[in-house]
Amino acid sequence: MEFAAVTKRFGVAAGAAAVDALDLRIPAGAYCCLLGPSGCGKTTTLRMLAGHEAPTEGDIVLDGANVTDLPPARRGTAMMFQSYALFPHLSALDNAAFGLRMRGAGKAERRARAREMLALVHMEAFENRLPAQLSGGQQQRVALARALVTNPSALLLDEPLSALDPFLRGRVRAELKRLNRELGITFVHVTHSQDEALALADLVVLMRAGRIEQQGTPEDVFDRPRTAFAARFMGGHNVFPDAGGGGRVAVRSDLTRLAPPGSPGALDAVVRAVEYTGTGFALTLAGAGTDELTVLQDETERRAHPAAPGDRVGLTWAEADARRLAAD
Amino acid sequence: MSSSRPDAGGAAVLGAAAPSAPAARAGARTRRRPSGPGAAPYLQAAPLALVLLLFLVLPLLVTAAVSLWDYTEFTLVPDATLRNYREMFEGCLSGGACGTLRTYLSTLRLCALTLAVTLPLGFAVAYFLAFHVRSDGARTALFLVCTAPFLTSNVIRMISWIPLLGREGVVNRTLLGVGAVERPLDWLLYSEFAVVLAFVHLYTLFVVVPVFNSLMRIDLRLIEAARDAGASSPQILLHVVLPLAKPGLAIGAIFVGTLVMGDFVTVGVMGGQQIASVGKAIQTHAAYLQFPAAAAQSVVLLAVVLMMIAALTRLVDVRREL
Repeated sequence: MEFAAVTKRFGVAAGAAAVDALDLRIPAGAYCCLLGPSGCGKTTTLRMLAGHEAPTEGDIVLDGANVTDLPPARRGTAMMFQSYALFPHLSALDNAAFGLRMRGAGKAERRARAREMLALVHMEAFENRLPAQLSGGQQQRVALARALVTNPSALLLDEPLSALDPFLRGRVRAELKRLNRELGITFVHVTHSQDEALALADLVVLMRAGRIEQQGTPEDVFDRPRTAFAARFMGGHNVFPDAGGGGRVAVRSDLTRLAPPGSPGALDAVVRAVEYTGTGFALTLAGAGTDELTVLQDETERRAHPAAPGDRVGLTWAEADARRLAAD
Repeated sequence: MSSSRPDAGGAAVLGAAAPSAPAARAGARTRRRPSGPGAAPYLQAAPLALVLLLFLVLPLLVTAAVSLWDYTEFTLVPDATLRNYREMFEGCLSGGACGTLRTYLSTLRLCALTLAVTLPLGFAVAYFLAFHVRSDGARTALFLVCTAPFLTSNVIRMISWIPLLGREGVVNRTLLGVGAVERPLDWLLYSEFAVVLAFVHLYTLFVVVPVFNSLMRIDLRLIEAARDAGASSPQILLHVVLPLAKPGLAIGAIFVGTLVMGDFVTVGVMGGQQIASVGKAIQTHAAYLQFPAAAAQSVVLLAVVLMMIAALTRLVDVRREL
């Protein structure tokens, strides 16, 4: 799956591009998360991939074929919508069978296949229910079955977990990963939650203002942020001015240490809050021109540096843990 | 209405309020609303209930009562006879087609023809307004255009058909002019065609509005989802839009059906007094002061129309739509 210099502009041609000259390759069978804040172009990218939005420029290639001008159904993709978009007048079974019905499959055939799909998402017991009679999580499973019924080569998911409660979110996450493994088809998943992306993806694509900010494995993107934006968006990092050069560095919160104030090489900060997290302590600090610094202390660290709100402290880190950031 | 309910409601509120709120405040509250909050909904509903009682229920009861009266050429005789009903269905049971049955068939035929045109036409207009007109201003303007037939009085509207559809009317002249016909068409006016045309002209709006209402509730993502699943535009129409427009179509059919079933002016004028309809039959009886017969006809018509509505409401949950 490949995007080649894909640009999408809405409205007048002079307007800002929602997606700007995007180049992206997604290997077959991968779980790819398009990650970014709202308005970064991730959903537009997904919709162009699905064929619900036509790119202004550039080409989209799926399995070696240029699908830029093909309608959704002929691309071999299936989309799962954020609100699930189940047909309110059809039962779960008929919803799941919809794609096959449109293709003219016989009643017995499409019902059998739809039942198979409902079984895959553990919804076989609810086949006669209307969407209004199903919970959010159940509706989502039916939507998943409906998307998978036509054997797509890629499943496109638009914020699939955002409407679920946290407990369900974790379960569905595991379920999606299982389906990706078992079915061997490419998943492209749009989300604004870095946790979701880190937990699920083989390939994380972090987007910002219509461009790709950084892409790579979750470890890459989290542990080696390329820019301050990436470091802040992925979370768990402090961005400090670089003592050596003029740029900035990112240091993970759990690798940032407290030191007595005024220690050589340490950065001055004031503790704003201390929270107990169960496995340790989370300190919020102000310093280096920001009040968004965090330090995660385990119990040993805490005993060594028991800082309280209002205390002045120094912040240090090992040189090997600092990641130089490119200019934004 | 029920006099014990409000008191019980007031007492319950007082009882609930007493432990938490000072007694004085609870007292002030009851003084302001002497009958208690339980009566408020009934009071609020009372004016409309009174209007319906006076102008709908009472006349219907009177009609039902009068339908049992006897009458002669000069007098109405209060009675409890089934004579009017018996005369209405005379000959029906013995096999031959009786007048009443033929009148009903003729009226139902008009009804079916009108529905056959207004439903697809109204759906098409509503579809255009809901899915193709994007700006609310344009939508409002186009809705006003749809109400144009109602901007003139019934009489003027009926008369205006004559210069258009008459033997020497615009349509016939044009057809003769272009050589499409050799003689003027005489079925354009004073015919079943003319009656249905007048109904369509007037009543399509009653289909447009409820169907538009149904269509506007369709989440556009459903249409996208259908397209994603491989549905073509006709398939989307058939499998997604039409099923979801069904409640609107049913409500429109109820409006048009009841209006056509009860009409006597349009059928009379546009049909050239040649087409039988139930409404006209009732009007004829009333014109000859045979009120008991007219009342009996009305009761039967009411029963038939209610059955039609019952059948249509079984198709959809009308309450949910309103």
